[in-house]
Amino acid sequence: MKAIALIVTLLLGGLLIAATADLPDWGDPNSPASVHVSQYYIENSLEQTSVPNFVTSVLADYRGYDTMFETTVIFCAGLTVFAILRRAHRRRQKAVNPRPEREDKDLILQSAARMIVPMMQLFALYVVAHGHHSPGGGFQGGVILGAGFILLAVAYDLKTVLARLREKTVLRLSAVGVLIYSGIGFVCLLLGSNFLNYSAWARIMPFGPIEARSHGMLGVEVGVAITVLCIMFSLYVDLASGGEMDEGL
Amino acid sequence: MLFHLQDWILWQCDVLILVLVIASAIISLCLKDLVSSAIVFGAYSFLMCLMWTEMLAVDVAFTEAAVGAGVSTVLFLGTALHIKRRSKD
Repeated sequence: MKAIALIVTLLLGGLLIAATADLPDWGDPNSPASVHVSQYYIENSLEQTSVPNFVTSVLADYRGYDTMFETTVIFCAGLTVFAILRRAHRRRQKAVNPRPEREDKDLILQSAARMIVPMMQLFALYVVAHGHHSPGGGFQGGVILGAGFILLAVAYDLKTVLARLREKTVLRLSAVGVLIYSGIGFVCLLLGSNFLNYSAWARIMPFGPIEARSHGMLGVEVGVAITVLCIMFSLYVDLASGGEMDEGL
Repeated sequence: MLFHLQDWILWQCDVLILVLVIASAIISLCLKDLVSSAIVFGAYSFLMCLMWTEMLAVDVAFTEAAVGAGVSTVLFLGTALHIKRRSKD
């Protein structure tokens, strides 16, 4: 059985490597990806959206639908893990691997975590807010925020973190993030424009249609960040404790 | 400001990262212990992050560093502790 698997893997791998010969060279200006729409984005995104980082403007504005449903996919994945793993009562025996007894205080780990976590959270907020000008954005910032909470849960224990960020709050906030994104899009619809066409916001806000697109992008990035933060933390909590919410790693 | 990528990216660097990526991928598959395997897979993600940075796909590199090397390693560890730790084959 193993030999068959090896042969299949080698054949498939060989096929894929052979297929890479047909791909355009790296950085080739004449490759199909570079001559179709990306030229339009590179030339026009600064004028149309006043966002210098056109990766952000493509993700959050030109391809806003994609990002919205990506966020929804993350939300659904988190809910699925929750639905499968979460259990209120202990119905099975202890985890397969007996864990070593934890010391009450892991001084080095906890002190390090206490110093690192505020920096991480500050940096994550910077990443979310500065995604218009530098690499980053809602998704990365949300993951870093979530990683801060996960680090706290690893260094202390799950109960300490869950006392600050309760499970119910996490689940509600993750839905709120998706709601912020689609809500910003829906308001555009109410203002008589297309869904997710942020320039419609200029009618009720004191800025022009181009600035409105930039601020609308910031709004949806915040929504993405909230959802991703909550789902990452919820995934960790469910996986690490086996859905029992008693202890972390 | 136009600059040529070839001027500042050493191809030796490129080859070194590629070799390390392939090596860590194979090692993480061969290891029997799932926890070690997860750690090596985290190293693989970090090397991929270097690879993306080198190809100037900084946004992708950022995501890879945060999700691949950071959170998913922890998720793998959390999962590995709850299943049989040694894989059969």
